[in-house]
Amino acid sequence: MQAGVNTIAIQGIDLQVVRQGAGRPLLLLHGGDGPQGLAPFLTRLAVRFEVIAPMHPGFAGTAIPEHFDTLEDLVYLYLDLLDVLDLHEVILMGMSMGGWVAVEIAVRNTSRLSQIILVDAVGIKPGDRDTRDIVDIFGLPAPEVAKLLFHDPAQAPSLATMTDEQVTRLAGDRIAHAMYTWEPYMHNPKLQYWLHRINVPTLLLWGASDGVVPVAYAEAYRQMIPGATLVVIPEAGHLPHIEQPDLVLQHVLAFVAR
Amino acid sequence: MQSWFFTEDAYPYLPEADTYESIRVNLPNKYYDPDKGADLYHMYLDLWCAADELGLEVMVNEHHQTATCVVPAAPIMLGILARQTKRARLLILGNPIANRSQPLRVAEEMAMIDVISRGRLECGFVRSVPYEAAPANVLPFRGMQRLWEAHDMIVKAWTTHDGPFSFEGRWFHARQINIWPRPYQQPHPPIWITVGSGRSTVPVAQHKYTGAVFLAGYPRIREIYDGYRTAYRTAHSQEAPLDRLAYAALVYVGENAQQARVGAEKVLWYMTSNKVPQHWSNPPGYHPPAIAAQIMRGTRGGAGVPLAPRLDEQMARGNVFAGTPDQVFAQIKNFWEYAGGFGHLLMMGQAGFLTYAETLTSMRLFTQEVYPRLQELTASCDSESLQALRACQPDKEFADLGAFGVEFVR
Repeated sequence: MQAGVNTIAIQGIDLQVVRQGAGRPLLLLHGGDGPQGLAPFLTRLAVRFEVIAPMHPGFAGTAIPEHFDTLEDLVYLYLDLLDVLDLHEVILMGMSMGGWVAVEIAVRNTSRLSQIILVDAVGIKPGDRDTRDIVDIFGLPAPEVAKLLFHDPAQAPSLATMTDEQVTRLAGDRIAHAMYTWEPYMHNPKLQYWLHRINVPTLLLWGASDGVVPVAYAEAYRQMIPGATLVVIPEAGHLPHIEQPDLVLQHVLAFVAR
Repeated sequence: MQSWFFTEDAYPYLPEADTYESIRVNLPNKYYDPDKGADLYHMYLDLWCAADELGLEVMVNEHHQTATCVVPAAPIMLGILARQTKRARLLILGNPIANRSQPLRVAEEMAMIDVISRGRLECGFVRSVPYEAAPANVLPFRGMQRLWEAHDMIVKAWTTHDGPFSFEGRWFHARQINIWPRPYQQPHPPIWITVGSGRSTVPVAQHKYTGAVFLAGYPRIREIYDGYRTAYRTAHSQEAPLDRLAYAALVYVGENAQQARVGAEKVLWYMTSNKVPQHWSNPPGYHPPAIAAQIMRGTRGGAGVPLAPRLDEQMARGNVFAGTPDQVFAQIKNFWEYAGGFGHLLMMGQAGFLTYAETLTSMRLFTQEVYPRLQELTASCDSESLQALRACQPDKEFADLGAFGVEFVR
């Protein structure tokens, strides 16, 4: 277990949670790329916040609980986590798939939340049935996915420099990612009918060059969430916290100070 | 030994392989000419009817969105053959029930075929190969759990005769199950399940079902069959009968070595044409992370280039039996003894551009000159003498071909 990682028992699951920093509580939900890529940005956040960053079961080499098979399992796990830690005035921040989890939490219960920050989040399907709103990342060669994920594909992690253990962990992450998002693909058809329930300030941060869920998708999300603000991050793809961490942090700080 | 004639019903008239990314999943069907396709369907049906007349059993299978096997609905082929054949057992290997949304449809289709054929159905269930995940839109994670739940529902539907029952499982639900017709064979048609590792044989052996192995060859066959035999012995306190194990290989018998080689090279199309990139051959959850990681790294198959198996190598590995009748008998006998025996030989006797006439030549030679000797061989051995024969051959060592382990052993 790495330093700062706590095990919290919920629903019979030994949930691995990184807790770092002091300040207002910020629940940070990683995307389908796993918690590793988020670690440097987490450290930046921890200078100002008490960051609570669970590893979604199945990621980072953790087991997928036998009863898990949908994203909703994560949603109730983290609703329980908020209760177990008895957190209040929480800033809820989620990236990509983690953003979708954040939205699903918020439509169920915002009583422990103060603000929501969604970074290139999936979860809705604004287009019609014939429109591929979200790129099928499981149906493309890995180099093409990297091009769509990054403004500068040179930023993409390279398998060539990874150890076998790291590649195996990546393969495990991919299984968990798919289990949470396979069908309906990366969205919940009901979610758009529930978004009106979100009654805390919401910020959407979006990479201008996101090739997986483009800015038009963010605009649709913004219109569906009452009072939401959209800020587009230049020279960033689907993972702006990796490509433009300074800018993302700056917008986070400005938003929570409002 | 029962021998089964099998072809995947390929559509081989394709552009050069370097002009497309994959022969499976996303090869545009503009390359499929329905006129040529109709001729092919009739040729394949004629071959199965010929197998019936020659005294071979019949096997069909299905795949989706691929030129390698243009039978996305094997029950349709089997439905035709149930009417057109007279005596052959009819094996479907198999129904991809892990990928089906409603197993009851499978229970109904199979019951119909069993009744039309007056009890000649042998019903296989398969988890499916990795490239079926995208066409089915089904996550392969926990595929074996889905398979066994679907199986339970189907068997209960076949064997319940006193009106509706409900089945509300983790994946499959129905509240008023009462299928018409019920199967012809009682309590239900024989069941086959494909196995690809020693571990995967355990539930198959516990159910006393036939475990079928595709192209595992000398490198893997002992591990898999031994797994089955041990599990069978543990569960039932007796030896597994020979007919509980099946082996699928490519087979071509020629009048002379030269003719056999030409034919076998054509059947090898099944392997050489299988150009599949890694995003189709490595869907999330099909392989455990350690295997998936090897594919991601490109150190194990799925690299997007056609496999380049050589005939001699594939024959040495026990994936292809080819030659004159004497040679083919000797090859099968040797493999059969090495494997510790099996009761069914599933012969892919046609693939790619192999013509009707070429296929029939091989089928005739097999039936007339190889098959009787195989029957004799099987009849002459009991499990003790088989073990003695097996002990004569030490474990063979092979270089790991990677791709074959992943792509074909299932």
